[in-house]
Amino acid sequence: MRPFLLKPEHQATGAGEAGLKAPRFRYLKPHSLAEALDMLGGNASGTRLLAGGQSLVPALNMRLLEPEALIDINGLGELTGITERGGALILGALTRHAELISSPLVAKFAPLLAKAAPFIAHAAIRNRGTLGGSLAHADPAAELPACAVALDAEIHLASRTGRRRVKARDFFIGIYQTVLAPGEILVAVEIPASRPGQKNVFLELARRQGDYALCGLAFTAEIKAETIADSRAVYFGIGAKPVEAQKAEAALKGKTPLDAPDAACAALAAELAPLGDFNAGADMKRHLAQVLLRRALGQLAVS
Amino acid sequence: MSGDRISIRLVINGESVAREVEPRLNLVDFLREELGLTGTRWSCEHGVCGACTVLIDGSLARGCLVFAAQLDGVRVETIEGLSRSGAIADLQAAFQLHNAVQCGFCSAGMLLSAETLLRENQAPSRADIRQYLSGNYCRCTGYHAIIDAVEEVAKARAAKGGRP
Repeated sequence: MRPFLLKPEHQATGAGEAGLKAPRFRYLKPHSLAEALDMLGGNASGTRLLAGGQSLVPALNMRLLEPEALIDINGLGELTGITERGGALILGALTRHAELISSPLVAKFAPLLAKAAPFIAHAAIRNRGTLGGSLAHADPAAELPACAVALDAEIHLASRTGRRRVKARDFFIGIYQTVLAPGEILVAVEIPASRPGQKNVFLELARRQGDYALCGLAFTAEIKAETIADSRAVYFGIGAKPVEAQKAEAALKGKTPLDAPDAACAALAAELAPLGDFNAGADMKRHLAQVLLRRALGQLAVS
Repeated sequence: MSGDRISIRLVINGESVAREVEPRLNLVDFLREELGLTGTRWSCEHGVCGACTVLIDGSLARGCLVFAAQLDGVRVETIEGLSRSGAIADLQAAFQLHNAVQCGFCSAGMLLSAETLLRENQAPSRADIRQYLSGNYCRCTGYHAIIDAVEEVAKARAAKGGRP
């Protein structure tokens, strides 16, 4: 949890209690997705799902949240596992960040995720934090939401009344805000099969290893006859949600990676309206976004 | 119903433990207050500093970000367990030799992270060590002494075929 979220009224004030401790809650442990959905059912506002807990528990300890109950979904088989179907990859919501680094299927069919995961916090956090949790939490400085948009992922949601799929670019709507409806659970993430000639680059600038990004870029490009036929440049840490640089993408089209940078960076600088934070102002973030695009194109040129 | 306690049975440092816990009790407080295992520190209590690092089923975890109620059936190892078994005696000696322990508050977490790094990577560079330990804060040493100690143990273990 980033410290700028801490306001005096949110700090723990429990009389006689040192430190930051979670408020009281009821602990519920469902044995199936159906049971979890029933528990979530009519009481969505007072109930939270506990997956990896690496963002939720800090928020509880700081009393940013005081849910009446936590539903511990760890161990639910319906939310676990990584499978491949015709080149598309389906990742259960409980896939841990560490699994994104170690899974041979991810390395082969969604290498962008394997490149991004080492940038998430530290080993202890990656062992528990989950893909579904990261997407549902929708921190604008997080790596995986930007990757999901860059990879054109589909997010699978379940509720008591049925299932639906939402494109990642339609899933995120603001700071910590998604289209998840009350009573819905994010169950899986589907990454479509790589397009022919697809290359992936992941870059992030942070003050220290494991910190939240000052600016990061999840980039995919289809190279045909040495030129960029299509691309997706999705930034994180600069806006309220993952920011796709569509004007820069248009400027890249039909160019080689070595010919493209100047025009693409000019388009990028014109289209981005970064939100500054205490680490970096809007101008610095706009500058860093261009630095990352140049580096990404450099990597494409030599790959 | 919010007062309901949860029954858990788990193995801590090789010993079977059964307790009934309040849902909000985190693992650090469970270890320290219920079991008297005070080697695991609580400090920032929101997952930033690494002072509460433990191993859950062999993997590094932040004790402050896990509730004891979640841990039915798992194995937890703390600094007391690794210390008693001698598994990290060489790391502990190197920390002492290099003055990598000053106030000692971060040392338990540092040692568990360092041991896990050396299990995963038998020939880490200084940059690898620095990166891996970046989730453990030390406010005394400036880190150099800690990196020196871990690097020395990595080389010594490599010379002995990777064993402590």
